Amino acid sequence: MRGAPLRVYAILYLLFLYAPITLLPLFAFNDATIIAFPLSGFTTHWFTDLVANAALRQAVGNSLFIAAMTAIFATLLGLCAARAGAMARFPGKGGIIGFVMLPLVLPEIIVAVSLLIVLRQVLGLNLNNWTVISAHVLICTPFSIAILNGAFQNLDPSIEEAAMDLGESRFSAFRLVTLPLVMPGIISSMLIAFTISLDEFIIAFFLTGANPTMPVYIWGLLRFPAQLPVVMALGTILVALSVTLLIIAELFRRRGLARAGIKDTGGFL
Amino acid sequence: MTALIELKGVEKHYGDYHALRGIDLEIRAGEFFSLLGPSGCGKTTLLRTIAGLEEVSSGSIRIDGRDMKGVAANHRPTNMVFQSYAVFPHLTVAENVGFGLRRDPRGKSEKARAVEEALDMVGLAGYGKRRAHALSGGQRQRVALARALILKPKVLLLDEPLSALDRLMREQMQLELIRLQRQVGITFILVTHDQEEALVMSDRIAVMFEGEIGQLADPETLYRRPATKRVAQFIGKMNFLPGALSADRREIDIAGLGRVATADLATSGEIDGAVSVGIRPETLAILFEGETAPRREVQGVVSEVVYYGDMTYYDVRVDGIDRPLTVSMKNLIGRPVLDVGAAARLAWDERALVLLPG
Repeated sequence: MRGAPLRVYAILYLLFLYAPITLLPLFAFNDATIIAFPLSGFTTHWFTDLVANAALRQAVGNSLFIAAMTAIFATLLGLCAARAGAMARFPGKGGIIGFVMLPLVLPEIIVAVSLLIVLRQVLGLNLNNWTVISAHVLICTPFSIAILNGAFQNLDPSIEEAAMDLGESRFSAFRLVTLPLVMPGIISSMLIAFTISLDEFIIAFFLTGANPTMPVYIWGLLRFPAQLPVVMALGTILVALSVTLLIIAELFRRRGLARAGIKDTGGFL
Repeated sequence: MTALIELKGVEKHYGDYHALRGIDLEIRAGEFFSLLGPSGCGKTTLLRTIAGLEEVSSGSIRIDGRDMKGVAANHRPTNMVFQSYAVFPHLTVAENVGFGLRRDPRGKSEKARAVEEALDMVGLAGYGKRRAHALSGGQRQRVALARALILKPKVLLLDEPLSALDRLMREQMQLELIRLQRQVGITFILVTHDQEEALVMSDRIAVMFEGEIGQLADPETLYRRPATKRVAQFIGKMNFLPGALSADRREIDIAGLGRVATADLATSGEIDGAVSVGIRPETLAILFEGETAPRREVQGVVSEVVYYGDMTYYDVRVDGIDRPLTVSMKNLIGRPVLDVGAAARLAWDERALVLLPG
């Protein structure tokens, strides 16, 4: 068995990756405030506590709003950048695209601190959901560009010209031909941006005003051990949501490829 | 015949790069016209300026008497078949072909009939419901053709439409395009780098080099009387020999072949200064046992033999000529293939010579 050590390694790797996450639902349904084995029985009242907590509901609401706005704006910006990158020719294109992608590797804490300074000290703005949205758009746009780049690179640049040649204006050529072909990429990009924004902590921690986002609220809860199972319950919901969104995003990406008749060359899942 | 398309002094610059330099061109209605040239000669750029997909930097384009300045592609009476075919992969064949009819006021069933007719014309009857991305290259090509022709444009522009097909398919499509053009009577402008394709299909050909038209002529003139060495080299094969004109320009002394009267030579215009003489390989012949040259003969030695099956190409060294002459011979029954080093008598004819500048 030449592959045996590699197989063991792969299994251990997956275990290390996912075992902590499987603990979440375990303790979310465990009838005890203390997070420890042995388990003491099945309960769903952490979930009812969760729903009853008004402050938490407010935080989840904030997060969903921020994530939705971030998904829309990051994808719009990503769409423009990816289209320009794939179809337009202009001087300094490589450098400009590179700079747009930079936030992908910039440490988030740096982004958070500098944005806080700019928004508070330079612009004198009050912190609210929109300050978080602007920062999330900044970090999510590179992801959107990366996803949409794939969609545009699979696209024959002549097809928009062909539509114009057949009588459509520049805009309707985009709407009738390019848009349907990159639509799976757009949906995929929105879902990824939504997921990133939803569980982003550092930037949100620096830039939320009076109303914290969900991750920031959870961090606050951690000081109260009695609340820990509620956090576990929330975490369980979040994991389920994230996995669902990622799967949907990947399905759309694949459908897009199939629709355009292109072979699959990688992806998220 | 009046010109359908008139180009005057058309220039296209990308920064310092001049893709088109002062193109003057008239294309007649109903003509099968080709733009032929090596890659980067500006032929596709020229086609795209006619289509309205590129703005000209200066000069004017008129189609059917109307100045096209500021007229976008969607308002020009031209349609294009793209090199990649640019078939819309998310639509069916019928939706692709009917794409340009969106703004057509005709009713749904009439449009559907028009689509069926267009598909029938390109030999794709019954393919309407198929997904475009599931088609083969040749079929996509036909969809692109039907999609453009259904709009009955004044001009159909074809950008290297056959370059992605294999040889057999290409030859078949060449003949089909000729048939189609005769059938619809629309002016076709074909861009190609394949000289044979241009010769086979076109009424007239413009040979382009570096953004300029090198020669504009019908296929036979282009082949028999190329204007320059460059055109001659690009279209078919040709041997070039240096020549010296006599003072009265009535005679020319050709290296290795001797004196002939200039009146016998084909030329495409007045030629001054240095001259060369061009000879096509098929106008030379190696004489076998018992054969005599009908007009003139020169002695040489075979230096290279390339066997093509139906033909054999020989390189023959002749005294007084620095490069061997290429001769093509049909491999007729009973005719042997000579070996390198064999003595060869070459028959030539001054009427097949072309006088060229340079």
